[in-house]
Amino acid sequence: MSELSELYQQVILDHNKKPRNFRKLETANHSAEGYNPLCGDQLTVYLHLEDDAVKEVSFEGSGCAISKAAASMMTQAVKGKKKQEAEKLFTEFHGMVTGEFDEETTPNELGHLKIFAGVRDFPVRVKCATLAWHTMHAALNNQELVSTE
Amino acid sequence: MAIAADSVTETKTSSVTGFDVQRIREDFPVLRQTVNGKPLVYLDNAASSQVPQVVIDRGSIYLEDEHSNIHRGVHYLSQKATTAYEGAREKVKRFINARDVKECIFVRGATEGINLVMHGYGRKFIGEGDEIIISAMEHHANIVPWQMLCEEKGAKLRVIPMNDAGELILDEYDTLLNERTRFVALSHVSNALGTINPVKQMIDQAHKYGVPVLIDGAQSAPHMPIDVQDLDCDFFAFSGHKMFAPTGSGVIYGKADFLERMNPFQGGGDMIKSVTFEKTTYADLPNKFEAGTPAIASQIGLGASIDYLSAINRVRAAAHEHELMRYATEKLTAIEGVRIIGTAKEKASVLSFVIDEIHPHDIGTILDQEGIAVRAGHHCAQPVMQRFKVPATARASFAFYNTKEEVDVLAETIKRVIDIFS
Repeated sequence: MSELSELYQQVILDHNKKPRNFRKLETANHSAEGYNPLCGDQLTVYLHLEDDAVKEVSFEGSGCAISKAAASMMTQAVKGKKKQEAEKLFTEFHGMVTGEFDEETTPNELGHLKIFAGVRDFPVRVKCATLAWHTMHAALNNQELVSTE
Repeated sequence: MAIAADSVTETKTSSVTGFDVQRIREDFPVLRQTVNGKPLVYLDNAASSQVPQVVIDRGSIYLEDEHSNIHRGVHYLSQKATTAYEGAREKVKRFINARDVKECIFVRGATEGINLVMHGYGRKFIGEGDEIIISAMEHHANIVPWQMLCEEKGAKLRVIPMNDAGELILDEYDTLLNERTRFVALSHVSNALGTINPVKQMIDQAHKYGVPVLIDGAQSAPHMPIDVQDLDCDFFAFSGHKMFAPTGSGVIYGKADFLERMNPFQGGGDMIKSVTFEKTTYADLPNKFEAGTPAIASQIGLGASIDYLSAINRVRAAAHEHELMRYATEKLTAIEGVRIIGTAKEKASVLSFVIDEIHPHDIGTILDQEGIAVRAGHHCAQPVMQRFKVPATARASFAFYNTKEEVDVLAETIKRVIDIFS
């Protein structure tokens, strides 16, 4: 069960149960819909960008604990960030869960997001963890729909 | 966790059904392995079933001693391969009680079989304003081809609704059938709900309007005797890999007079009598529908799996599966927070369930850590998920080699899933 407890840590379970910024954002000027056709996970990420920075961010939708917790913590992580900082975080997060870089040895800004490192032991769940990030990235870049496989 | 791994190996002959499941399990090498240090509990049979040693051996013999291309060689090996391949077709004929071997077309699986009928029959005989009836519990394989046809021809897709238990509403079917109906395509057993549909009666109703019926038998062929003459279906599709044969094997049965009138599906070698640049004359049945070199080894494997099924006592095997379903339904229903999706009176081997506030993918991952293979998702039946207002379900699906002890492991692990999320 050790890998399992690594995946389903209390923080993740808590964000799944009480997702933060889980609502439609009325002031949003960017949004995108993320969809995982394989498992049916679906979410919308709303961004309020001002001066090239994320002033407000929220999401809504449905999915598994990993995708919901990842979305919830993504919103906390990118709020207040400059666009390129949010993009950099996306790259680091993606690298961490796919095992492309070691968050312990490579300098990064991941902070609390490191609790998702355990996802890399569950390759089929990587897309759950990255769906909200792909969607945020799409919203930043004015794409309306993103799909992960 | 506390479940004794060795309890799985202590099953005795079921006193209820007289079926010696331990003896049967020895036939399936895959079942001997451990996953994450736990004995494999394979409950994903509706997706694909495991292959017994005799079927593996038959494939090896073919590849070691008999392999060649079929139907065209004058040499020894080609004749051997052809005999084995056509021998498998004979076995299929007996297995489904077709009138003639030429009515049994080898295809890659049920999906290809349905597509063959859509292209060969549908595109020739269905036109603008015509109606095709399917049911609300179809697999995407029995929805999408007909949708594509409707799109192309301007025909209309009508859907028989189901009730909250997951049973088709037959009065509505009666209402949908009319003089514009040109085709009916129905699943025999639902892969997402386990419902056994009263297809014989439904075929009869369609025939009153002169409408042909295709039965998607992917989930029924592994679990119950199939008699296409008794059902009087016009087409019957099934997949080998869901009935203990390798992937790439499968059959579309069609009544000879339909198959004769249909257009070929694919063009190529083996499906012709003669070819010139001006005109091609097609081969007789069944070759007309088997263009190119088929999955020879896989179809011979299907023949061997039919032999295997004939050798075990299928009546007792079915009774054992039925008892497993009853037991699993009772066990899972008793767990607070678990809800069974699909509670039809007549069900076969599929148990779909959801747990309050826990997504099926999380259930699937945690069960997998305990060596339990279930399917989590929409089961290629998204309209069924929409009907029951769930994004997905977890699905345990049984074969005759599963045991009550495995059901116990499933139930205990589901309780642990609930603990983790509580």
